Amino acid sequence: MIAENFNYDAPTSLDEAIALLHEYGDDAKILAGGHSLIPMMKLRFASPTHLIDINNIPGLSYVKEEDGYLKIGAMTKEVEVEESEIIHAKYQIFMDATKLIADPQVRNFGTLGGNLAHGDAANDHPAVMIALGADVEITGKDGKRTVGIDDFFQGFYTTAVEHGEVLTEIRIPAASGNYGSAYHKAERKVGDYATAGVAAMIQMDDQGRCTKAGIGLTNVSPLPLRASRSEEVLIGSDLSEAVIAQAAQYASEDCSPSEDLRGNVEYKRHLVSVITKRMINKAISRAKK
Amino acid sequence: MTKKITLKINGAEHTMEVEPRMLLIHAIRENASLTGSHIGCDTSSCGACTVLIDGKSAKSCTILAVQAQGKEIATVEGLATAEGLHPIQEGFHLNHALHCGFCTPGLMMRAVELLEKNPNPTEDEIRWGISGNLCRCTGYNNIVSAIQWTSAKMQGKELPSTEPKFV
Ligand SMILES: Cc1cc2nc3c(=O)[nH]c(=O)nc-3n(C[C@H](O)[C@H](O)[C@H](O)COP(=O)(O)OP(=O)(O)OC[C@H]3O[C@@H](n4cnc5c(N)ncnc54)[C@H](O)[C@@H]3O)c2cc1C
Ligand code: FES
Ligand code: FES
Repeated sequence: MIAENFNYDAPTSLDEAIALLHEYGDDAKILAGGHSLIPMMKLRFASPTHLIDINNIPGLSYVKEEDGYLKIGAMTKEVEVEESEIIHAKYQIFMDATKLIADPQVRNFGTLGGNLAHGDAANDHPAVMIALGADVEITGKDGKRTVGIDDFFQGFYTTAVEHGEVLTEIRIPAASGNYGSAYHKAERKVGDYATAGVAAMIQMDDQGRCTKAGIGLTNVSPLPLRASRSEEVLIGSDLSEAVIAQAAQYASEDCSPSEDLRGNVEYKRHLVSVITKRMINKAISRAKK
Repeated sequence: MTKKITLKINGAEHTMEVEPRMLLIHAIRENASLTGSHIGCDTSSCGACTVLIDGKSAKSCTILAVQAQGKEIATVEGLATAEGLHPIQEGFHLNHALHCGFCTPGLMMRAVELLEKNPNPTEDEIRWGISGNLCRCTGYNNIVSAIQWTSAKMQGKELPSTEPKFV
């Protein structure tokens, strides 16, 4: 399968990339890892007339803790997250998630920025970022702006990144105190998109009372979903079995999966309930360590 | 709208005039006439087109030829040297790790990166590491044995038996 023809530029600075996006207008697209975009272009679901490859722009790839945030550069590849020491030590949710994303070759190229900017509720990082309460930094002609993850996903393949802008950084409130996070998705086979996936983040005080909670759901609603009622029942609670069961129940009620080859609605709701319970428990046990 | 690019494949430079939409696998097979890397699915799923780009295994059906400009590309044709087969080729050969051979070039290139990063992988790590490569013939067990054998060989350890195992 061959994509429709297009012009290709590989600028070496962010300013140049943004200028090119403005020059070419609506038909220009950013090329990051290309592992969502190129397949779509081959199928001719997307036919941009200009591709702006941002792989040659230095300084967009890093994982670091700074100013109370875990900061991830937009062009950081899945494999770099998988191999990052900070991630191993404190943010195990990414170890859970990256392992379930596609396969090693795809993870050598797919970027975290691209995974969010693609705006697909089937991707795994959106739910993770919802659970972790991330902010997204977007850079345009007039400088940088920051968008909270809850305002980032706006529709099918539509995000807060406007034309002429580049997603540059993902910022996650740094892990502190008794903090744990976990992700799992049910998939039919390796590399498949989620039948249903759940991301959980739990923070507790020394008495075991929940002070912060985040629950994000993958591929069970048109947009990546925050399970707000589940979070509310967890926060302030003693995280008893009954509370966790209630949170799982709410998540399964509040999502709106559609029937497809991966399963029917009832099955997917059931999965959400089971995985929510397991991920909350996993996050709690990690928070206790 | 063509672009002139130079691809460095297995150490040799190939200069070509390509449309930006040309996929790397096509440039390798058609322009550089290196047909060892295969096209199985053309949808980023099977791994038959796996090559190394600056040492990283890549599905070359999902990468544009223009993106590989200036990078070091390695394909199956570059594995053997004048001295003989690469240990991974020897491993596949001795362990009967192929039947039709269609998946083999991609699997070997993937295994090369896997062993480079993790010289002594467990069976689970091997199975996980080749999860982006499909083989419709072997059932994978002999491929796993081949990679275990190669791991031992490359580290100068005692070599496991290559007798067929019936499972
Ligand atoms: C076989 C296969 C299986 C996969 N399985 C999974 C899976 O299980 N889970 C999962 O989450 N993903 C999966 N993916 C998708 C993969 O993770 C993609 O790499 C990822 O979704 C997009 O990242 P990218 O860097 O490749 O982006 P690209 O494909 O380059 O870009 C995607 C979109 O985002 C835009 N974009 C990219 N970066 C920026 C930026 N910095 N600023 C503004 N816009 C930008 C592009 O213009 C494009 O519209 C799979 C892909 C393949 C090929
Ligand atoms: S041909 Fe590239 S992954 Fe199948
Ligand atoms: S040997 Fe035939 S596909 Fe693997």
